[in-house]
Amino acid sequence: MMVSNQFKTTLLIGLTMPMSLFILGVYNGVMQTLYRSGVLHQHATAGINYYQGLTMHGVINAIVLTTFFAVVFGHYTITNYLKKEPSKWSYMLSMILMVIGSAIDLVVMVLGKASALYTFYAPLQASALFYIGTAMLIIGSWIAFAGWVKIWFEWKKENPSLHMPIAILGTFVNFTMWFMASIPVIYELLVLLTPWALGLTNQVNVPMTRTLFWMFGHPLVYFWILPAYVGYYTMLPKIAGGKLYSGNAARLALLLFLILSTPVGVHHQFSEGGIAPSIKLWVSILTFGVSIPSFMTAFTVGASLEYAGRKRGAKGLFQWMSRLPWLRADNYLFGYFICGLILFIFGGLSGIVNGSYTLNQLVHNTGWVPGHFHMTVAGPSILFILGLTLFMYQHLSGKPMTSKFTVTIIPYLWTVGVSLLSHGLMAGGLMGEPRRTNMGLTYTNPESPLYNSHWVPSSTVTMVGGLIMGTAALLYFISFFKMLCNKAVELPTISMPESEELHNEREIPLLLNMKPWIILAVILIGSTYIPSFKNVFKYGKPVESKYHMDNPSNLIDNEK
Amino acid sequence: MVDKYELRAIISSGVLLSLFFFAVLYNSYSRKIDMPTCVPFEKTFEKSAVKKIDDGLYEIYLVAHMWTFDPEEIEIPAGSTVDFYLTSKDIVHGFHINEEGVNMMAVPGTINKITTKFEEEGTYRFVCNEFCGTGHQNMMGKIIVK
Repeated sequence: MMVSNQFKTTLLIGLTMPMSLFILGVYNGVMQTLYRSGVLHQHATAGINYYQGLTMHGVINAIVLTTFFAVVFGHYTITNYLKKEPSKWSYMLSMILMVIGSAIDLVVMVLGKASALYTFYAPLQASALFYIGTAMLIIGSWIAFAGWVKIWFEWKKENPSLHMPIAILGTFVNFTMWFMASIPVIYELLVLLTPWALGLTNQVNVPMTRTLFWMFGHPLVYFWILPAYVGYYTMLPKIAGGKLYSGNAARLALLLFLILSTPVGVHHQFSEGGIAPSIKLWVSILTFGVSIPSFMTAFTVGASLEYAGRKRGAKGLFQWMSRLPWLRADNYLFGYFICGLILFIFGGLSGIVNGSYTLNQLVHNTGWVPGHFHMTVAGPSILFILGLTLFMYQHLSGKPMTSKFTVTIIPYLWTVGVSLLSHGLMAGGLMGEPRRTNMGLTYTNPESPLYNSHWVPSSTVTMVGGLIMGTAALLYFISFFKMLCNKAVELPTISMPESEELHNEREIPLLLNMKPWIILAVILIGSTYIPSFKNVFKYGKPVESKYHMDNPSNLIDNEK
Repeated sequence: MVDKYELRAIISSGVLLSLFFFAVLYNSYSRKIDMPTCVPFEKTFEKSAVKKIDDGLYEIYLVAHMWTFDPEEIEIPAGSTVDFYLTSKDIVHGFHINEEGVNMMAVPGTINKITTKFEEEGTYRFVCNEFCGTGHQNMMGKIIVK
């Protein structure tokens, strides 16, 4: 379908801006592996302190890029399936807020005024601008969602007999969950932290800010994986040359994410003393529950791929795997999908370890955790973002992509890199390597009294993986920006592969109606968060403190 | 209709999750591997101390602040059971003894408690594993078990 010029420009900005920032994000990621492995024994390189770089790496890659992509991919999917564009006010306003918000964040991070990483870490204080910028980015994504809901109801009025396509259900589930989960973080940012950073209030209740953050922080990780899930269900079967094994299973998996994503945030706080163990056990059960939709996806997507292989004449148990379109330049998207899926097997399993109540204590805040989430966010999420950014840009701009061979091998190279990086981090983590630490200054520096030789081999493997990932990313940036310089040869369009369903299944009314699921989600959120907040107020006290990262004295005492 | 392959997949993932969950419960309740527990916040916990309660029973009040632990070196006899009480004076810190599987957060305004037993002689290093500013990588201490 054809697109209007304004919509096209908005979407292209939404693809190009975060991808340009991603260069900085990737650079800082590679630098961290050099610091940690002890190649660099210093606080800062080229004016960027380790912890400042870590903040950029986290905020740009995990909040800015993923949120922009979810919004652009949502616009693209909804327009493709409904054959109509969202209202102009919604996409323009949302993009303006998101661009300004992330620009503010970028400036304060580069100036080193916000090195509080992305968990906000009160009472370590970042600049108030950082809190405001992040809030703008999140609120911007809400506005885009409001525009989609509006055209969805218009479309439903025109086509009362048609059901919600799976791709739209996935997008709506994702943004409904995101909206519910980001209310607490907006409250934290604008009501608690901004006045506190400006000096209007002195007290901050640290366990409460942490609980509010993780109420958002865990759904955030599903927010960046769900676009990939939508792709796995609605695009991959078609790209692989098969059909979707079961549409109802896809719908059920997506709806399970809606109810189980938000209540499990407390599992990031298993080792904090402000929440009772009984609540943590309940959250552990729910966290195991949230692995069910991923198990379902593994089956459904696997079965769809097997069907595609058998259609090409594969026999036996495993031959279908070799009959898939691996490494085909005319079908480069397949590599981005399949590599993400392979990484996600290990990402998911290591995630179950983190969510397992007491087992979490072996791995909490060690290298194991970044090892785990680099196989999820740097696996399916980023690979899907990279592949789809190329694909959407090509269609929206009408520019040809010339480096076909390069973009075909990038995902495989990236996967080798992630595997090594994650292996090194996880192995090191089990030996006690702390995360978020500039180990090159002390623990992996032979001259330091704190030197620990056990952590050298594991962090070296991590560095090799990081360098390979960096190489793959560099190749990607060259291909992407080369495409930007090409002249448009086709008219801008919006189109995407749409998978058909293999079986003609019975309709299940419960899977076609989001309302009961939303109500259930609110009940489950209450079941974990009402007791958690009660606990936080019972066991914790607000503190009068405010700190900068390089000064151990309390700023509030200095002001008095 | 659920087809037979789907049903098998559902049953096997259900069994797998139940096994995992059984393992979690077994370790918590039969082998007494504990979570950190809550103690209501009191200002008195912000004074560090190593208290001998009885033979082989110690209470250690640890205070984390930018960028040292207080106390930094602790000596205890082998076979002691230790209650760690942990808090922070300024920002969020971590406390991790890898060999013991002790891993908890020091959050200002809360107290964290965990119990562990030091069977073997030797030097146990503990590190801060939560970002706490530019000196974070220097924050480490030792428990010497004799």
